[in-house]
Amino acid sequence: MSGLDPKVDSDALFRYVLRLGDLSLVLGQRLGEWVGHSPALEEDLGLANIALDLIGQARLLLTLAGEIEGRGRDEDKLAYMREQGAYFNAILAEQPNGDFGQTIVRQVLIDAFQLELYERLAASRDERLAAIAAKSVKEVRYHLRYSSDWLVRLGDGTQESHARVQSALELLWPYTVELFAADDLDRLMAESGIAPDLSVVQAAWSARIDALLNEATLQRPADRPHAWHGKRGQHSEHLGYLLAEMQYLQRSYPDARW
Amino acid sequence: MSTVTSASDERSAAACATATHEPAARVAAAWRLLGDVEDPEIPALSIVDLGLVRFIKPSPDGDLEVGLSPTYVGCPATEVIRRSVQDALRQGDVGNFKVTSVLSPAWSSDWITADGRRKLLEYGIVPPDQSVSNMRDVLRGTRPLACPRCRSLDTEMVSEFGSTPCKALHRCRACLEPFEYFKCI
Repeated sequence: MSGLDPKVDSDALFRYVLRLGDLSLVLGQRLGEWVGHSPALEEDLGLANIALDLIGQARLLLTLAGEIEGRGRDEDKLAYMREQGAYFNAILAEQPNGDFGQTIVRQVLIDAFQLELYERLAASRDERLAAIAAKSVKEVRYHLRYSSDWLVRLGDGTQESHARVQSALELLWPYTVELFAADDLDRLMAESGIAPDLSVVQAAWSARIDALLNEATLQRPADRPHAWHGKRGQHSEHLGYLLAEMQYLQRSYPDARW
Repeated sequence: MSTVTSASDERSAAACATATHEPAARVAAAWRLLGDVEDPEIPALSIVDLGLVRFIKPSPDGDLEVGLSPTYVGCPATEVIRRSVQDALRQGDVGNFKVTSVLSPAWSSDWITADGRRKLLEYGIVPPDQSVSNMRDVLRGTRPLACPRCRSLDTEMVSEFGSTPCKALHRCRACLEPFEYFKCI
């Protein structure tokens, strides 16, 4: 990568790309848990298709991360053989599915984040990241259309559905702060033109979410100081169980192929 | 640059057989071969109809380079298509080749050919309604689609996602038949 800021060494770029890839991978794996359990066949297909797109994004991003690292780790090695502390997704993605409403709330919050992030990441000075973002953002628009449609139907639905999604929103909202809490790595990426400034992403996300919550007759919870550090590898108790299931086969039968 | 074929190259025999072929003739032959490669999910269309073949060109080492794009990043058909392309080119007489994945610019449903759109409709799948220049409209919904069987505009969307990532499921309220819509992307 000639022309990039010399402060951006391959280790920094590797960790940044993992943040993006792990968010997609962990959320995709979570959505996969719905297969065969969704409220209706259409939702089963919808959630499975979104999961597939997310895992597709993760494959591209983890492959790129492996190339940047240059130690011979491919997408499978990075997905299946890393411990919890080496996963850098924001903690929101690993939160349990809960009921369908809780899954939809988590999805809306992350879909809107990915949409605003990828639209800007498509102009990254790193052409490989820009290409992945430009491709993925087209699909994310459909994810958000699906999740926001359900958010409005549930929020502006029955008393029961409204109460459930409002409480899911209260439960998950505190985790959104981490998406936009820029640390040294985020700032380095923004300064060198690789990634957008997270405060810009946050403003766009916030406006979009406010409009959706308004349409869904839901109340926006108050922001609280964040205490989450998934982006640095410190996770909630939920990620370990998710990884145990996802990594079981490769851990038990290393290098198995089929 | 001369054509180098190593002993380990499974195509070396065929490469010798075609070494005298003009690159332009090999490229044209490859396009013809790929025009017969069906999409695994929508066999009425070839991968050329779908605009998945981005380029076929001779590379400096003498190999033909074939650029393929995925429709959706997680589409399981991508691997199948890649293998079908390799099989078709092996069976044809085009010499050494390599298949490259092309991500940028991202594949667009605008690249489905006019012939491809006609075949989609005949197959019962409504072709993409909008152009990607209107992609921002995706978040605001689509206008009603005409039923591919009875042409009625009295239709509704049943699900944003159908049997494959690229399609949505709709239903005609006039003839009561379900149908699929190839999403604009």
